[in-house]
Amino acid sequence: MTTPTETPTVRPEEVLIEAISGMLAGLSHVAVGASSPIPGAAAFLTNSRAPTKTRVSILGSERNFFNEGARELFDLAGQGRIDAFFLSGGQIDGQANVNLVAVGDYRKPKARFPGSFGSAHMYYLVPRVILFRWEHSRRTLVEQVDFISAPGVSPANVHRPGGPHALITNLCLFDFDRQRARFRLRSVHPGHSLEEVRDQTGFDFDLPEDGQVPFTPTPDAATLETIRGPVARRLAEVYPTFAARVFDLGSAA
Amino acid sequence: MDITPTSVESLVSQVEDGAMIALPPQYSNCSLVMARALIRRGVRDLHLVGVPQMGLHADLLIGAGCVSVVETAAVTMGEYGLAPRFTAAAKAGTLKVLDGTCPAILTQLQASEKGTPFGVLRGMIGSDLLKHRDDWKVGENPFAENDPIVYLPALKPDFTMMHALKADREGNIWLGVRRELMLMARASAATLVTVEEIVDENLIADPVTAAGTLPAIYVSAIAEVADGAWPYALPGGYREDEAHLREYMTLAQTEEGFQTYLQRFVFDGEPRVAAE
Repeated sequence: MTTPTETPTVRPEEVLIEAISGMLAGLSHVAVGASSPIPGAAAFLTNSRAPTKTRVSILGSERNFFNEGARELFDLAGQGRIDAFFLSGGQIDGQANVNLVAVGDYRKPKARFPGSFGSAHMYYLVPRVILFRWEHSRRTLVEQVDFISAPGVSPANVHRPGGPHALITNLCLFDFDRQRARFRLRSVHPGHSLEEVRDQTGFDFDLPEDGQVPFTPTPDAATLETIRGPVARRLAEVYPTFAARVFDLGSAA
Repeated sequence: MDITPTSVESLVSQVEDGAMIALPPQYSNCSLVMARALIRRGVRDLHLVGVPQMGLHADLLIGAGCVSVVETAAVTMGEYGLAPRFTAAAKAGTLKVLDGTCPAILTQLQASEKGTPFGVLRGMIGSDLLKHRDDWKVGENPFAENDPIVYLPALKPDFTMMHALKADREGNIWLGVRRELMLMARASAATLVTVEEIVDENLIADPVTAAGTLPAIYVSAIAEVADGAWPYALPGGYREDEAHLREYMTLAQTEEGFQTYLQRFVFDGEPRVAAE
């Protein structure tokens, strides 16, 4: 690995925001669902860099550019009018299956999560779904999920223009290869290592073609200013608690 | 035709044990004042439908023993964490959870809205959701070859319950930017609404407000009650009471703490609402 040029004041959340934003550049319409403050910030960052190019919709916001809420969001996805979306999971496995429901026996689970939200629709229809899971551990990234809210890949006869594009955690960024149904490590966040990623991942994954694992780039000073200023203020409308905790910002709603 | 405003207690007196009730998502127009009144009434075996997800309003009713079935895409306390009484009941196996996904529930309500027996939706094939939903069926697209698609039956709740900023004298309800909530009201047999205030202007006669107005034809009864969404936010009205929600999250982690919460904020009377 090469030594990263670290800015000591960069928050780990800000590394993820920059990395996700890089995957959204050039897209027309990015939608953000429930409980996704870091993806939301990344979408706003992309929009602030290209305000006339990338539209952002946030479920629960009162400032979307459409006016029929969740219903319209899913209808937009059904028609292919959304280019990128985010999903998380209580468990995510090596085939990119997502579990938002339960661990253990479904009828009497050891752990119960909130539920599948829109995953069983959006994962199939949005071309670029970015999986997001802050906690990178063998508890969350497992060999096989206990419940498939939405599968990573589908048989050829199932209508599926969309699917997993990447997985980002507090440790690293993986790309997903839909043909092989496997993750490939793209980069490790500054302050972490390949060994740590291996130790904390419950599934098998590929390394970059050249065997070299780079560090995830950190945002530059101008980007940090944008994240901490206009992006944080827009985020506070929908995620006041996150904005207050990470950016020390009260709700602007 | 005028709708005569009534009391919250009178609204919920219409709800019998076992009723199916559609509720809005946690970020929009929840009538917490009706949820608390339902708990005081001691209603049992409710079937809650999250449109498409639910939060505190569902967690309170579940914790208070009013619910036997939830049909929803999620029960969540959002940024505050897992909904504690839903989680406890699901883990204990005492609550039947009909796990769904947001657009499936919306499609089922749209079928009801149209008066058709079912709707169809892309996605879901290969999800374990289908394994646990006998009422959802994978069929063929009759207009193509080898194109499986999911068929979803129409869903007609007995009631929709919501809270809004205002109603007019005819019973039209102002939803503003939350006009998506019209779907659940159109799909339900009856809709009970609490509002912050009743106004003299006719909301549906003015084209500016008409587009954001739930027509009175879908509205069964209204009660005027200030702070009816509290401790949740009311879009266009007030912000959520973060301190109270955090207190709820702390108390509701245990059955004993939840009972303390119920006593203080439900059974001892409405905490922020002046007596009518």
